[in-house]
Amino acid sequence: MTALQVGQTFETVVVEDLKRTQIVQYAGASGDYNPLHTDEIYTTSIAGYPSVFAHGMLTMGLTGQAIAGLVGPENLLRFGVRFTAQVWPGDTLTVRGSVVRIEETDDGRIAEFAVFTVNAEGREVLSGYAHARLAG
Amino acid sequence: MTAARRFPVEAGHVLAFTRALGVADPPGELPGAGDPAPPTFAIASAQFDPEYRLRPRPGTPWHGSGGTAGLITEGAGGLHAEQHFVYHRPVRVGDVLASATRPGEEWEKQGRSGRLRFREQITEFRDEAGQLVVTARSVSVIRPGEKDRAP
Repeated sequence: MTALQVGQTFETVVVEDLKRTQIVQYAGASGDYNPLHTDEIYTTSIAGYPSVFAHGMLTMGLTGQAIAGLVGPENLLRFGVRFTAQVWPGDTLTVRGSVVRIEETDDGRIAEFAVFTVNAEGREVLSGYAHARLAG
Repeated sequence: MTAARRFPVEAGHVLAFTRALGVADPPGELPGAGDPAPPTFAIASAQFDPEYRLRPRPGTPWHGSGGTAGLITEGAGGLHAEQHFVYHRPVRVGDVLASATRPGEEWEKQGRSGRLRFREQITEFRDEAGQLVVTARSVSVIRPGEKDRAP
């Protein structure tokens, strides 16, 4: 994270061919057992969706791992997202980020990132931002 | 989000949560005391909210499938539209947090299929010393025709 510059970009594939089992895993770990995410019968025949779909927070969590890996989890100050499209089993998600600003503050150098997560078709499923303290 | 009087940040829970995020190189052993939890871990406080509605509870009807395909509910509180976290410090293994949720703003927007209703909730996570650790803001959207129920 030294020598980070405005305009710098990064790209990370955070899941390939998302499995229903990973969604189940996330339900169990997060405690969000909404059947829309894990119960195919309920979701298709009662709720009327084509299949179960991922928790928005799974997509945010995957995106957060990519950002934390870049800046160091201790340095994250803010992280916020909008969920812009649903994520389905089979999706491959890529996190794309860029440094939009670096500010010198009393707490040190703070980098502001713009973040987008897209599926294999290039459709945005999440857009957001992260602010992180830069080491050094 | 949720109100958990006591939300202990346990190593096994953090490991399970990290695995669910498909970390490419899972540590394979428990994180140590003081290790930072993933940035979105505060959401897992749902496990410690005794009233959390999206967890089946004995004696309470559940709308998912069993012998039948399940039940139509009067809207489960809409879909998650936005989530924001402010980290006053990292959440660490060994923390014992408490969360309190309060309603935020509400607004409406005209969508393609009608009027969308947005509702905000603010959740503060504090440590045992009462210091603010994370402030979370979540926005849910209720689509036309859905009943008005809190998430």
